[in-house]
Amino acid sequence: MNEFTKISKNNLIKENQILIQVLGICSTLAVTNNLRNTMIMAIGVTLVTGLSNLTVSFLKKYIPRKVRMMVETLIIAFYVIIVDIILRAYLPDVSKALGPYVGLIITNCIIMGRAEAFAQANTPLISLWDGLTAGAGYALVLVIVAFIRELLGFGTIFNIRIMPKSFTPWTIMVMAPSAFFIVALLMWVAKSMSLKAGGKK
Amino acid sequence: MNINPVVLFFASVFTSNILLTNFLGMCSYISISKDLNSSNGLGMAVTFVMTVTTVLNWFVYHYIIVPFGLDYLRYIIFIIVIAAVVQILEMVIDRISPSLYMTLGIFLPLITVNCAILGVTLFMQLRNYSLLQSLFYGLGSGLGWWLAIILLAAIRKKIDNAPAPAGLKGTGLTFITIGIMAMAFIGFSGMIRVQ
Repeated sequence: MNEFTKISKNNLIKENQILIQVLGICSTLAVTNNLRNTMIMAIGVTLVTGLSNLTVSFLKKYIPRKVRMMVETLIIAFYVIIVDIILRAYLPDVSKALGPYVGLIITNCIIMGRAEAFAQANTPLISLWDGLTAGAGYALVLVIVAFIRELLGFGTIFNIRIMPKSFTPWTIMVMAPSAFFIVALLMWVAKSMSLKAGGKK
Repeated sequence: MNINPVVLFFASVFTSNILLTNFLGMCSYISISKDLNSSNGLGMAVTFVMTVTTVLNWFVYHYIIVPFGLDYLRYIIFIIVIAAVVQILEMVIDRISPSLYMTLGIFLPLITVNCAILGVTLFMQLRNYSLLQSLFYGLGSGLGWWLAIILLAAIRKKIDNAPAPAGLKGTGLTFITIGIMAMAFIGFSGMIRVQ
């Protein structure tokens, strides 16, 4: 198997950052009650993960080991600021709805985790790919969560009404606890599947 | 925004708990809450750092960032302040109380990447809190985080022995527990909202 496909498979399913490794749940779950905002946020996270991995991999020889966490944080912050400025210029309503959560991409553990675990030891191109797929695996889970929450909480998808008029929106889906429950259910599915696959071997 | 600082304090502990309603600081929350003592240590450290950095960042925002028009750099400046505070704190605690340093030691560096700390600073700036409000908001959010983590650590101790489907054991069950806790905390709402 080609190195690139192996990484994508690992990052998207086998070692999915949220469901298996439980990383980076912090900043993004809060915006999952609206599918559009979630997708934009997820794209932002994916880009930042990919590009910061690329940069860290390029610079790894020049970064002193002792301050590498600090330097990595600054590299990540640099890309997050770019994302923030682009959002504010082109999508001001989304930027407003996301509020402080765009800035909080900086402290998303996935990005730091990928930079530390992968980009430090690999060549730039493959690091970029690793970052992008890790972000995509993360985006995948969030989009599923957002889909369920928006559909049941507001009866809409992308702000377009889907459910019939007689449908009563589930208020709980708009509030925080539902995100925890849905992630728990997805984890259950993911873990059961991996246990089953392991049992067959 | 004109909320009484004391009201803000209680709101940030309960109804607007930084962890249970804003999902911040989840990574260390999940990974550390396996053990009650460590949770307690981390909660203490987070509360302290959160209070100090929120107040410091208030000054930095109002006396450095705004006058010099550095708004686009604010994320970097805030994170540097937080990292510096954690670093200095580590050295000070090491000097003054080695025993406390031993308990907190491993948790302090973790705090730099705890999103709740940066989150509180960003909320403080976004909602235009006054100095006193920021102080109470930082302290309240820290205590709320501390309360949430020791509660979860205590519950997890029992839950790990519970009979549950194999696929749900571990993090899955923890997430359901957090969800139920979040519902309980939301039960306090009606007192006040700080959105």
